[in-house]
Amino acid sequence: MLTNMWNWFPGWSQTVIIDLGLIIVIVLPLMLGVAYLTYAERKIIGYMQMRIGPNRVGPRDWLQPIADALKLLLKEIIVPTNSNKFLFLLAPVLAIGPALAAWAVIPFSDTLVLANIDASLLFILALTSMGVYGIIIAGWAANSKYPFLGAMRSAAQMVAYEIAMGFALVGVLMAAGSLNLREIGLAQAGNISDWYLWPLLPLFVVYFISGVAETNRAPFDVAEGESEIVGFHLEYSGMSFAMFFLAEYANMILIATLASIMFLGAWHPPFDVAPFTWIPGLGWLAVKVCLMLFFMLWFRATFPRYRYDQIMRLGWKVFIPVTLVWIVVIGGAIFLSPWGDVFH
Amino acid sequence: MGFEQILFYFFAGVLLFAATMVITIRNPVKSALFLVLAFFNAAALWILLEAEFLAIVLVLVYVGAVMVLFLFVVMMLDINLVKLREGFGEYLPYGGLVAVLLVIELVVVLNSPQFGLGEMPDPVGQAADYSNTRELGRLLYTTYVYPFEIAALLLLVAIIAAITLTMRKRKDTRYQNPAQQMSVQAKDRLRVVKMPAERKG
Repeated sequence: MLTNMWNWFPGWSQTVIIDLGLIIVIVLPLMLGVAYLTYAERKIIGYMQMRIGPNRVGPRDWLQPIADALKLLLKEIIVPTNSNKFLFLLAPVLAIGPALAAWAVIPFSDTLVLANIDASLLFILALTSMGVYGIIIAGWAANSKYPFLGAMRSAAQMVAYEIAMGFALVGVLMAAGSLNLREIGLAQAGNISDWYLWPLLPLFVVYFISGVAETNRAPFDVAEGESEIVGFHLEYSGMSFAMFFLAEYANMILIATLASIMFLGAWHPPFDVAPFTWIPGLGWLAVKVCLMLFFMLWFRATFPRYRYDQIMRLGWKVFIPVTLVWIVVIGGAIFLSPWGDVFH
Repeated sequence: MGFEQILFYFFAGVLLFAATMVITIRNPVKSALFLVLAFFNAAALWILLEAEFLAIVLVLVYVGAVMVLFLFVVMMLDINLVKLREGFGEYLPYGGLVAVLLVIELVVVLNSPQFGLGEMPDPVGQAADYSNTRELGRLLYTTYVYPFEIAALLLLVAIIAAITLTMRKRKDTRYQNPAQQMSVQAKDRLRVVKMPAERKG
C-alpha cells in the first residue's frame, strides 16, 4: 500500500522528497558535529592549558553544547534602531547558507555523494566565495561604525586568502586531471604514498593555513578576537549571533573534509592491507577530518594572533607566489613523463 | 508544465525582478545586492541550459569577487540621494533616445532571417557524464589558444596599469621590513642595566 501511495506522486516530486531526505541525513550529523566541535574545542584547549574545561552539564559534560544552544535560543534577538532590519536578519542566513550548501557535492566515500556533479571543485569554490556576503551585509546593515570597520577588515582578509586557496586547488585538479571530487579521491587509491600530500606538500600547507584564515580562526581571528577586537557581529545577539558561529564551525569541518579528500587520500586507508581495510571508507574519512580539526584547535591554543598587516603580507606575498611556483612545478612534472607517474 | 519549466519561470521571474530593482531602488548598496541576486539567478538559468561550467564561473567571478569589491566601494562612498535625483528630467531625452535605439536594434536582430529560431539547430542534450569543463578547456587550449593567450596578456597589462595608476610613493609612509623584524634579537631591544642598591636596609 505504501508503494502505491509513493507511486501516486509525480516523478519530479519523488526526486524532491528523496533529495530532501538525503539533505537531512547530511545536515543533521553536520549540525551535531558542529555542536560537539565546540565542546571538543573547549575541552582540548582546556587540557592544553592545564585545566579541565567545562565539566558541569551531564555526564562528563556531554550535554554542554545542548545547553549552550538552548541558552542562545532563549535569548532575545536585538535589532538596533536605524538598522536595515531585513538585511540585518538576512546576513546570518547568508553566512550559513553557503557553508551548508557546499556539502551537497562532498563525496563521503566512493559511492556516498548527494550530487556527483562534474565540476564539484568549482562549485565548492564558488559557494565558499559567497560566505563573505554574510559578513559584509552584517557589518553594513547594523548601521554602526565598529561592525562596519570589522566587516571591511574580515572581508578583505577572506578575499585575499580565497585567491591562495583557489590556486592550491588548481594544483590538485592538475594532478588529478579532474574537477570532480570523487575522481580526485579515486585518483589517490592505494597506500599512503599515493596520497597527494607528498607531491603537493606546499599546496597542502598553503591550502590548510588559508582555510584557517578563511574561516577567521586563530591565529587569523582579527574578525572576532572575542576578548578585545570589535568584530562585524558586534550588534548581534542570541540565535542571530550563534548563526555566525554555526557557519564558522561548519566551514571548519568543510575545510578539514576538503583537505582530507584532496590531499590525504579521501576515504582510502593508509595501507591497503587487511586490518586497515576492515574499517569502511566513511570511517577513514572521519578519522582524517578529526585529525585536521584537531590541528585547527591546536593552532588556536598555541599561536599568538597575527597582526593585520602580517596577515595581508602572508596571503599576498608568500602564499600566492608559493602556489604559482608549485603549479609550474606540477606542470613540468606532468610534461616530463618520467615524473608524471607521481600523478597517476 | 514540467518541473524544469517551473524552475525556469521561477528563476527568470526573480532575475527580471532583481534586474528591475537594480535600476529603480534608491539605495546604491541595496541596488548592488539586487545585482548579486540577478547574477545568481542568471547562473541558475545557465545550469538549466547544461552550461554548468559557465554558471559556476559566473558565481565565482562576478558574485564572489567583482561584486564584493563593488560593495566595498559603494558602502564606503557617502552618496547623497537627493543629489542623485536631481536632473532626472534633464537627462530623460538622452536616456529615452538610447532606450528606443536599443529596442529597435533588438527587434531588428530578433526578426532578421539570420537569427531566427529556425536558423539555429536545436541544442542536443548531452549524456550525464559529458564534461562541459573538459570540452571548453580542450577548445580554449587548442583551437582558440592564440586568442586566449592574447586575452590573458591584455588582462595582465590591465592589472599592471591599474597597479601603476594607484601606486603613489609617499615620502612619509612608514612600513616594517618583516625580514628585519624576524632577525631581531633580545639584545637589540633590551638593555639590562646593573644598578647598585641605593640604600642599605
